[in-house]
Amino acid sequence: MFEDLSLKLETALKKVRGQGRLTEKNISDSLREIRRILLDADVNYKVAKEFIERVTEKALGKEVIASISPGQLITKIIFDELVVLLGSDRSELKINASGITTLMAVGLQGSGKTTFCGKLAKRLKENKRKILLVAADVYRPAAIEQLKQLAEKIGISVFSIEQPDARKTVKEALKFAAQQNFDTLIFDTAGRLHVDGEMMKEIADIKEIVSPNEILFVVDAMTGQDAVNSAKTFNETVDFDGIVLTKLDGDARGGAALSIRSVVGKPIKFVSNGEKLDSLEVFHPDRLASRILGKGDVISLVEKAQQGFDEKEAELLEEKLKKNKFDFDDFLKQIKVIKKMGSLSSLIGMIPGMNSQIQNEQIDDRALVKVEAIINSMTLKERENPKILNGNRRKRIARGSGTSIQDVNRMIKQFSQMQKMIGKISGKGGLSKSSLKNLNFN
Amino acid sequence: MKLFDNIDLEKLKKGLTKTRTKLFNSVTEVFTGKIKIDDETLEKLEEILISADIGYELVEKIVENVRVKLKSEKDRSNISIINTIKDELTQIFVTEKSNEEKIDKKPYVILIVGVNGVGKTTTIGKLAYNFKRSGAKVIVGAADTFRAAASEQLNIWAERASADLIHKQSGADPSSVAFDTIKKAIDEKYDVAMIDTAGRLHSKTNLMSELDKIKRAINKVLPGAPHDTYLILDATVGQNALIQAKEFIKVTDITGLVITKLDGTAKGGSVFQICNAQKIPIKYIGVGERIDDLQKFDSTSFVEAIFGNEKIK
Repeated sequence: MFEDLSLKLETALKKVRGQGRLTEKNISDSLREIRRILLDADVNYKVAKEFIERVTEKALGKEVIASISPGQLITKIIFDELVVLLGSDRSELKINASGITTLMAVGLQGSGKTTFCGKLAKRLKENKRKILLVAADVYRPAAIEQLKQLAEKIGISVFSIEQPDARKTVKEALKFAAQQNFDTLIFDTAGRLHVDGEMMKEIADIKEIVSPNEILFVVDAMTGQDAVNSAKTFNETVDFDGIVLTKLDGDARGGAALSIRSVVGKPIKFVSNGEKLDSLEVFHPDRLASRILGKGDVISLVEKAQQGFDEKEAELLEEKLKKNKFDFDDFLKQIKVIKKMGSLSSLIGMIPGMNSQIQNEQIDDRALVKVEAIINSMTLKERENPKILNGNRRKRIARGSGTSIQDVNRMIKQFSQMQKMIGKISGKGGLSKSSLKNLNFN
Repeated sequence: MKLFDNIDLEKLKKGLTKTRTKLFNSVTEVFTGKIKIDDETLEKLEEILISADIGYELVEKIVENVRVKLKSEKDRSNISIINTIKDELTQIFVTEKSNEEKIDKKPYVILIVGVNGVGKTTTIGKLAYNFKRSGAKVIVGAADTFRAAASEQLNIWAERASADLIHKQSGADPSSVAFDTIKKAIDEKYDVAMIDTAGRLHSKTNLMSELDKIKRAINKVLPGAPHDTYLILDATVGQNALIQAKEFIKVTDITGLVITKLDGTAKGGSVFQICNAQKIPIKYIGVGERIDDLQKFDSTSFVEAIFGNEKIK
């Protein structure tokens, strides 16, 4: 874990080697490095500064024991501290066992409130709650329509009124819910800027009318330095209960989460990553901590691999591998799976320790394209039985795929080596879908 | 064609007031009465710039340049310090030859792209309004067939701007929407056609290649189009904006940037790094939710508005 960061710190920490303990002087370079990493991850300037101070305090005087390097020691201190700051107080949603439970999403424009409301509704519906989604965003064009379409997909009712009046909407919704025996209300409110006095007054009024069990502040994981300002004002206005971090399926490092946690001290309750309605997860502080530190995100890599993997295809492949019948057609399918996962460079970036090592080397995604083209130029018979690939056939394939005969030869040679390898592994029953599944990444 | 003549500097300044006041106050707070440039002052300068999302690497460079320049210059009053920083920042922006929008093709096709929630549809609505105001015949295509109610949202904006709309049912092929829009634009002699696309995270390969497909569909019906591809960036987004720009450029030849949500306290400083690395001009800035809250970007007034020259005495 964290080879990349450890490596950087190791360089900065050369001075410490041979010294018995960490001192302010001998760790200052590595602290500067950490600061840069945090700022690049969008951790707020002041928050980063405080964090460094905390880490320094913890690190100072720590004895450097023989078995681990100073770099590893500091990395561990930083990681542990980040995990504590991000999520030492995990808590569940406050759902009333009886009577009506009210939940409300608030936040800036475009943070993903409506999508989150849909996801939350789906999740709670699975817990047998009778849910009513309330369309309290009366401003953004088609916001109500968006909520209705989401709700329709998951079979949930939406409450809205004709007039563009959010206060009235929530009042009527409460009445309606009581009459119709709904037990859970989710209020989707309009996105608003924290500096918009009128709109902030509205959200305060809505809170007053509804007095929700939970108010969730929905924030985009890509948010920059300004996250502290908006979170602070929202917290002062509605005193929200938890944070929802959205769009984590991108590659943002998510430092804003640390900033917000530090400024308002509220727990991060959900991570919303993806546009599919079931991509809502509980928050894992350790995952986010490694993300902020710019570490390889092995878990995401595995998840990406799973996305690209088709269960049935995998079983078929397993069968073929066992019988050592892996042919060019299967190879082509594998290439397509890999391509679905993203560019090679982005995948390699997720592998801990790989990022820095290959930084200066160009990863050529076109290599895969070439291989694909070559296989596509083969007849089905050739794909199944590579042995028949004589000189003439190879020449034809090179012409058809716009490559050289050398390219074709090289590719076929690599493939036959791979086949041999697979023969060895599958002979021992080593590579199978179940063994892939059982890989433990912790 | 003279476009965007409705823009006045005052409104731009007003839109950036919070930004300016904050930065300006911080800068004067640092420099007034301080002649000596010590490390503490430079650190404070660093804080101001980093807090504006300008990014560690570039800030380090700026601070270093300031340090070197001020060492050699005699006048170390606050004005010269602010001017030095301002110069550093202004130099980063790409200077465009002409400030006039050149609508030299008919129809002039603009493709709008960006990640989720940055304000693409809103920006199209505002652009359509501005083009309409200048007398152009405008059509918009709702190629976001993915997000719930996206085409309904665009429809409302199109109505507000009195522009025409092409849309299909949810889940339809976005390229076919783009194709039909451009086809209609050619057949019925529209001046401007704009294509709204679904928000897509730049890390999703399949969605990014869909964008390429849309582009090819447009090009097929009108060779040379799209004539402009604008990447919409959210001012509240931090360093990820750089990666967004980089990845979108890879698939779509971005010709211009639009920075939205500058009416909040976020400063959108990540554009400095983007412009520094990618040399792409910023075309417009969004400063509110009203249909006329779109301003033509002007580097001088942008930086002027940030530092508020008029307040220096």
